[in-house]
Amino acid sequence: MSDGQGPAENDKPTPRAIVAGHGDFANGLVSAVDLITGRGGQLIPVAVPGLCAEDIEALIRERMRESGVKVIFTDLQAGSCTMAARRILRGVDDALLIAGVNLPTLLDFVFADQMPVIDAARRSAERGRSAITVVGSAGGVKQA
Amino acid sequence: MTLVLHRIDDRLIHGQVVVGWGQPLNIQFIVLVDDAVAASEWEQELYRMGVPPEMDVYFLNVADAIAALPRYRDDSRNGILLTGDIETMRRLVDDGGIPNVNLGGIHHRVGRTQRLRYVFLNNDEEAALRDIATQGVSISAQDVPGARPIPLDDLLAGVAG
Repeated sequence: MSDGQGPAENDKPTPRAIVAGHGDFANGLVSAVDLITGRGGQLIPVAVPGLCAEDIEALIRERMRESGVKVIFTDLQAGSCTMAARRILRGVDDALLIAGVNLPTLLDFVFADQMPVIDAARRSAERGRSAITVVGSAGGVKQA
Repeated sequence: MTLVLHRIDDRLIHGQVVVGWGQPLNIQFIVLVDDAVAASEWEQELYRMGVPPEMDVYFLNVADAIAALPRYRDDSRNGILLTGDIETMRRLVDDGGIPNVNLGGIHHRVGRTQRLRYVFLNNDEEAALRDIATQGVSISAQDVPGARPIPLDDLLAGVAG
Protein backbone atom coordinates (compact mmCIF):
# COMPACT_ATOMS: atom_id res chain seq x y z
CA MET A 1 0.00 0.00 0.00
CA SER A 2 1.06 3.56 -0.55
CA ASP A 3 2.49 5.41 2.42
CA GLY A 4 1.96 8.75 0.76
CA GLN A 5 5.61 8.96 -0.22
CA GLY A 6 5.30 7.04 -3.44
CA PRO A 7 5.06 3.31 -4.02
CA ALA A 8 7.63 1.00 -2.54
CA GLU A 9 9.77 -0.89 -5.02
CA ASN A 10 7.99 -4.17 -4.35
CA ASP A 11 4.66 -2.46 -5.11
CA LYS A 12 5.72 -1.76 -8.64
CA PRO A 13 3.31 -3.56 -10.94
CA THR A 14 4.48 -5.85 -13.67
CA PRO A 15 4.21 -4.15 -17.06
CA ARG A 16 1.50 -5.73 -19.20
CA ALA A 17 1.41 -3.58 -22.31
CA ILE A 18 3.15 -0.89 -24.32
CA VAL A 19 1.38 2.31 -25.30
CA ALA A 20 2.93 4.10 -28.29
CA GLY A 21 1.91 7.05 -30.40
CA HIS A 22 2.49 10.53 -31.71
CA GLY A 23 4.01 13.31 -29.63
CA ASP A 24 3.21 12.97 -25.94
CA PHE A 25 0.16 10.81 -26.58
CA ALA A 26 1.51 7.75 -24.75
CA ASN A 27 2.82 9.63 -21.73
CA GLY A 28 -0.40 11.60 -21.49
CA LEU A 29 -2.63 8.59 -21.69
CA VAL A 30 -0.60 6.57 -19.22
CA SER A 31 -0.50 9.57 -16.90
CA ALA A 32 -4.29 9.79 -17.06
CA VAL A 33 -4.65 6.08 -16.33
CA ASP A 34 -2.40 6.43 -13.33
CA LEU A 35 -4.22 9.50 -12.08
CA ILE A 36 -7.57 7.74 -12.26
CA THR A 37 -6.60 4.26 -11.11
CA GLY A 38 -3.08 4.26 -9.71
CA ARG A 39 -2.40 1.43 -12.14
CA GLY A 40 -0.42 3.28 -14.77
CA GLY A 41 2.61 1.15 -13.95
CA GLN A 42 1.07 -1.67 -15.96
CA LEU A 43 1.67 0.38 -19.08
CA ILE A 44 4.95 1.33 -20.72
CA PRO A 45 4.64 4.62 -22.62
CA VAL A 46 6.78 4.90 -25.73
CA ALA A 47 7.34 8.21 -27.52
CA VAL A 48 9.16 8.30 -30.84
CA PRO A 49 10.12 11.92 -31.60
CA GLY A 50 12.43 12.32 -34.55
CA LEU A 51 12.95 8.62 -35.16
CA CYS A 52 12.92 6.97 -38.55
CA ALA A 53 10.72 3.94 -39.13
CA GLU A 54 13.52 1.46 -38.48
CA ASP A 55 14.41 3.11 -35.17
CA ILE A 56 10.77 3.18 -34.06
CA GLU A 57 10.52 -0.54 -34.72
CA ALA A 58 13.80 -1.19 -32.91
CA LEU A 59 12.69 0.86 -29.89
CA ILE A 60 9.34 -0.90 -29.52
CA ARG A 61 10.98 -4.27 -30.07
CA GLU A 62 13.51 -3.47 -27.34
CA ARG A 63 10.80 -2.39 -24.89
CA MET A 64 8.96 -5.64 -25.57
CA ARG A 65 12.11 -7.69 -25.12
CA GLU A 66 13.15 -6.11 -21.84
CA SER A 67 9.66 -6.16 -20.35
CA GLY A 68 8.29 -9.34 -21.85
CA VAL A 69 4.97 -7.72 -22.74
CA LYS A 70 2.90 -9.12 -25.60
CA VAL A 71 0.36 -6.34 -26.06
CA ILE A 72 0.89 -3.05 -27.90
CA PHE A 73 -1.63 -0.21 -27.94
CA THR A 74 -1.12 2.50 -30.58
CA ASP A 75 -2.94 5.70 -31.38
CA LEU A 76 -3.59 5.77 -35.11
CA GLN A 77 -4.03 3.05 -37.68
CA ALA A 78 -1.88 4.93 -40.19
CA GLY A 79 0.70 5.96 -37.59
CA SER A 80 4.35 5.04 -37.64
CA CYS A 81 4.07 3.19 -34.34
CA THR A 82 1.26 1.07 -35.71
CA MET A 83 3.28 0.29 -38.81
CA ALA A 84 6.25 -0.66 -36.65
CA ALA A 85 4.12 -2.83 -34.39
CA ARG A 86 2.63 -4.64 -37.36
CA ARG A 87 6.12 -5.42 -38.60
CA ILE A 88 7.09 -6.71 -35.16
CA LEU A 89 4.01 -8.91 -34.95
CA ARG A 90 4.53 -10.39 -38.39
CA GLY A 91 4.74 -14.15 -37.88
CA VAL A 92 4.22 -13.80 -34.12
CA ASP A 93 1.16 -15.66 -32.85
CA ASP A 94 1.26 -14.83 -29.14
CA ALA A 95 1.15 -11.04 -29.27
CA LEU A 96 -1.51 -8.47 -30.07
CA LEU A 97 -1.71 -4.96 -31.50
CA ILE A 98 -4.66 -2.67 -30.81
CA ALA A 99 -4.63 0.51 -32.91
CA GLY A 100 -6.85 3.47 -32.11
CA VAL A 101 -6.56 3.14 -28.33
CA ASN A 102 -8.43 5.55 -26.08
CA LEU A 103 -8.59 6.16 -22.35
CA PRO A 104 -11.61 3.90 -21.69
CA THR A 105 -9.75 1.07 -23.40
CA LEU A 106 -6.79 1.38 -21.09
CA LEU A 107 -8.90 1.84 -17.98
CA ASP A 108 -10.66 -1.43 -18.70
CA PHE A 109 -7.36 -3.12 -19.46
CA VAL A 110 -5.58 -2.19 -16.24
CA PHE A 111 -8.51 -3.39 -14.13
CA ALA A 112 -8.58 -6.72 -15.96
CA ASP A 113 -5.30 -7.84 -14.46
CA GLN A 114 -6.72 -11.17 -13.34
CA MET A 115 -7.42 -12.15 -16.92
CA PRO A 116 -4.89 -13.54 -19.38
CA VAL A 117 -3.35 -10.44 -20.90
CA ILE A 118 -4.38 -11.18 -24.47
CA ASP A 119 -7.98 -11.77 -23.42
CA ALA A 120 -7.91 -8.58 -21.37
CA ALA A 121 -6.60 -6.59 -24.31
CA ARG A 122 -9.24 -7.94 -26.68
CA ARG A 123 -12.01 -7.19 -24.21
CA SER A 124 -10.69 -3.71 -23.48
CA ALA A 125 -10.69 -2.88 -27.18
CA GLU A 126 -14.39 -3.66 -27.35
CA ARG A 127 -15.07 -1.64 -24.22
CA GLY A 128 -13.12 1.28 -25.60
CA ARG A 129 -14.98 1.13 -28.90
CA SER A 130 -18.34 1.21 -27.19
CA ALA A 131 -17.31 3.98 -24.80
CA ILE A 132 -17.50 6.68 -27.47
CA THR A 133 -20.69 8.59 -26.83
CA VAL A 134 -22.34 11.45 -28.67
CA VAL A 135 -24.36 13.81 -26.50
CA GLY A 136 -26.70 16.53 -27.74
CA SER A 137 -29.23 16.94 -30.51
CA ALA A 138 -27.24 19.30 -32.78
CA GLY A 139 -27.07 17.98 -36.32
CA GLY A 140 -29.17 14.98 -35.50
CA VAL A 141 -32.63 13.86 -36.53
CA LYS A 142 -35.21 16.29 -35.22
CA GLN A 143 -37.62 14.82 -32.73
CA ALA A 144 -41.35 15.05 -33.54
CA MET B 1 -6.94 18.21 -60.08
CA THR B 2 -3.51 16.62 -60.02
CA LEU B 3 -0.62 15.69 -57.79
CA VAL B 4 -0.75 18.50 -55.26
CA LEU B 5 2.16 17.42 -53.08
CA HIS B 6 5.49 15.78 -53.93
CA ARG B 7 6.85 14.61 -50.62
CA ILE B 8 9.97 12.88 -49.36
CA ASP B 9 9.23 11.10 -46.11
CA ASP B 10 11.12 8.08 -44.85
CA ARG B 11 8.10 6.91 -42.89
CA LEU B 12 6.14 6.83 -46.16
CA ILE B 13 2.46 6.48 -45.28
CA HIS B 14 1.78 7.62 -41.72
CA GLY B 15 -0.35 10.02 -39.75
CA GLN B 16 1.08 13.28 -41.08
CA VAL B 17 0.57 12.15 -44.65
CA VAL B 18 -2.85 10.55 -44.38
CA VAL B 19 -4.42 12.90 -41.87
CA GLY B 20 -2.19 15.98 -41.58
CA TRP B 21 -1.99 16.65 -45.32
CA GLY B 22 -4.65 14.28 -46.54
CA GLN B 23 -7.61 15.99 -44.96
CA PRO B 24 -6.93 19.68 -45.71
CA LEU B 25 -5.85 18.91 -49.27
CA ASN B 26 -8.73 16.50 -49.81
CA ILE B 27 -6.30 13.82 -50.92
CA GLN B 28 -7.98 10.93 -52.66
CA PHE B 29 -4.96 8.98 -53.83
CA ILE B 30 -1.32 8.41 -52.99
CA VAL B 31 1.33 7.34 -55.48
CA LEU B 32 3.97 5.63 -53.37
CA VAL B 33 7.20 5.18 -55.32
CA ASP B 34 9.62 2.78 -53.72
CA ASP B 35 11.36 -0.14 -55.40
CA ALA B 36 11.34 -2.32 -52.27
CA VAL B 37 7.69 -1.73 -51.41
CA ALA B 38 6.65 -2.22 -55.02
CA ALA B 39 8.27 -5.66 -54.90
CA SER B 40 6.56 -6.79 -51.70
CA GLU B 41 2.88 -7.67 -51.40
CA TRP B 42 3.22 -7.77 -47.63
CA GLU B 43 4.64 -4.23 -47.47
CA GLN B 44 1.90 -2.98 -49.74
CA GLU B 45 -0.78 -4.50 -47.57
CA LEU B 46 0.84 -2.94 -44.51
CA TYR B 47 0.61 0.54 -46.00
CA ARG B 48 -2.78 -0.01 -47.59
CA MET B 49 -4.26 -0.78 -44.18
CA GLY B 50 -3.03 2.59 -42.95
CA VAL B 51 -5.25 4.63 -45.24
CA PRO B 52 -8.99 5.13 -45.16
CA PRO B 53 -10.98 3.03 -47.64
CA GLU B 54 -11.91 6.02 -49.76
CA MET B 55 -8.23 6.79 -50.45
CA ASP B 56 -6.47 4.83 -53.19
CA VAL B 57 -2.80 3.89 -52.96
CA TYR B 58 -0.73 2.98 -55.99
CA PHE B 59 2.59 1.23 -55.44
CA LEU B 60 5.15 1.71 -58.19
CA ASN B 61 8.85 1.17 -58.68
CA VAL B 62 10.78 4.11 -60.11
CA ALA B 63 10.76 2.92 -63.71
CA ASP B 64 7.03 2.33 -63.73
CA ALA B 65 6.40 5.61 -61.92
CA ILE B 66 8.23 7.61 -64.56
CA ALA B 67 5.96 6.11 -67.18
CA ALA B 68 2.79 6.54 -65.13
CA LEU B 69 3.25 10.02 -63.68
CA PRO B 70 1.67 11.89 -66.61
CA ARG B 71 -1.50 9.89 -66.04
CA TYR B 72 -1.57 10.75 -62.33
CA ARG B 73 -0.92 14.42 -63.09
CA ASP B 74 -4.01 14.40 -65.28
CA ASP B 75 -6.12 12.66 -62.65
CA SER B 76 -9.29 14.54 -61.73
CA ARG B 77 -8.62 13.88 -58.06
CA ASN B 78 -6.07 15.33 -55.63
CA GLY B 79 -3.07 13.13 -55.03
CA ILE B 80 0.27 12.92 -53.24
CA LEU B 81 3.46 11.63 -54.81
CA LEU B 82 5.47 10.04 -52.03
CA THR B 83 9.02 8.73 -51.89
CA GLY B 84 10.99 7.46 -48.92
CA ASP B 85 14.33 8.97 -49.91
CA ILE B 86 15.91 11.82 -51.81
CA GLU B 87 17.51 9.69 -54.48
CA THR B 88 14.18 8.24 -55.58
CA MET B 89 12.69 11.72 -55.86
CA ARG B 90 15.71 12.90 -57.81
CA ARG B 91 15.22 10.15 -60.36
CA LEU B 92 11.61 11.24 -60.79
CA VAL B 93 12.59 14.89 -61.03
CA ASP B 94 15.18 14.07 -63.70
CA ASP B 95 12.32 12.92 -65.89
CA GLY B 96 10.64 16.30 -65.54
CA GLY B 97 7.23 17.54 -64.52
CA ILE B 98 7.79 17.91 -60.79
CA PRO B 99 7.57 21.62 -59.90
CA ASN B 100 8.22 21.41 -56.18
CA VAL B 101 9.37 19.01 -53.49
CA ASN B 102 8.30 18.86 -49.88
CA LEU B 103 10.83 17.53 -47.34
CA GLY B 104 8.50 15.97 -44.86
CA GLY B 105 10.63 13.63 -42.81
CA ILE B 106 14.21 12.48 -43.19
CA HIS B 107 15.14 11.23 -39.78
CA HIS B 108 18.33 10.53 -37.88
CA ARG B 109 20.78 8.03 -39.19
CA VAL B 110 24.53 7.62 -38.68
CA GLY B 111 26.39 10.12 -40.84
CA ARG B 112 23.54 12.59 -41.08
CA THR B 113 23.55 16.07 -39.55
CA GLN B 114 20.41 17.55 -38.05
CA ARG B 115 18.96 20.45 -40.02
CA LEU B 116 15.52 20.53 -38.49
CA ARG B 117 13.68 18.49 -35.90
CA TYR B 118 12.54 16.22 -38.69
CA VAL B 119 15.26 16.66 -41.31
CA PHE B 120 18.71 15.07 -41.04
CA LEU B 121 21.01 15.04 -44.08
CA ASN B 122 24.41 13.67 -45.06
CA ASN B 123 26.67 15.34 -47.60
CA ASP B 124 25.47 13.23 -50.52
CA GLU B 125 21.84 13.99 -49.70
CA GLU B 126 22.56 17.70 -49.51
CA ALA B 127 24.26 17.54 -52.90
CA ALA B 128 21.31 15.65 -54.33
CA LEU B 129 18.89 18.28 -53.08
CA ARG B 130 21.01 21.07 -54.58
CA ASP B 131 21.04 19.14 -57.84
CA ILE B 132 17.26 18.89 -57.81
CA ALA B 133 17.00 22.62 -57.11
CA THR B 134 19.23 23.46 -60.07
CA GLN B 135 16.59 21.88 -62.28
CA GLY B 136 14.17 24.63 -61.30
CA VAL B 137 12.38 22.63 -58.64
CA SER B 138 11.30 24.55 -55.55
CA ILE B 139 12.27 22.62 -52.42
CA SER B 140 11.13 23.37 -48.90
CA ALA B 141 10.87 21.51 -45.63
CA GLN B 142 7.46 21.40 -43.98
CA ASP B 143 6.26 18.49 -41.92
CA VAL B 144 2.61 19.55 -41.60
CA PRO B 145 0.47 22.15 -43.39
CA GLY B 146 0.36 24.49 -40.41
CA ALA B 147 4.14 24.71 -40.15
CA ARG B 148 6.20 27.42 -41.82
CA PRO B 149 7.85 26.11 -44.99
CA ILE B 150 11.64 26.32 -44.79
CA PRO B 151 13.29 26.98 -48.17
CA LEU B 152 16.19 24.71 -49.07
CA ASP B 153 18.73 27.52 -48.98
CA ASP B 154 17.76 28.44 -45.43
CA LEU B 155 17.75 24.80 -44.43
CA LEU B 156 21.26 24.16 -45.70
CA ALA B 157 22.56 27.51 -44.47
CA GLY B 158 21.49 26.59 -40.98
CA VAL B 159 19.24 29.61 -40.61
CA ALA B 160 16.01 27.63 -40.49
CA GLY B 161 15.64 28.13 -36.77
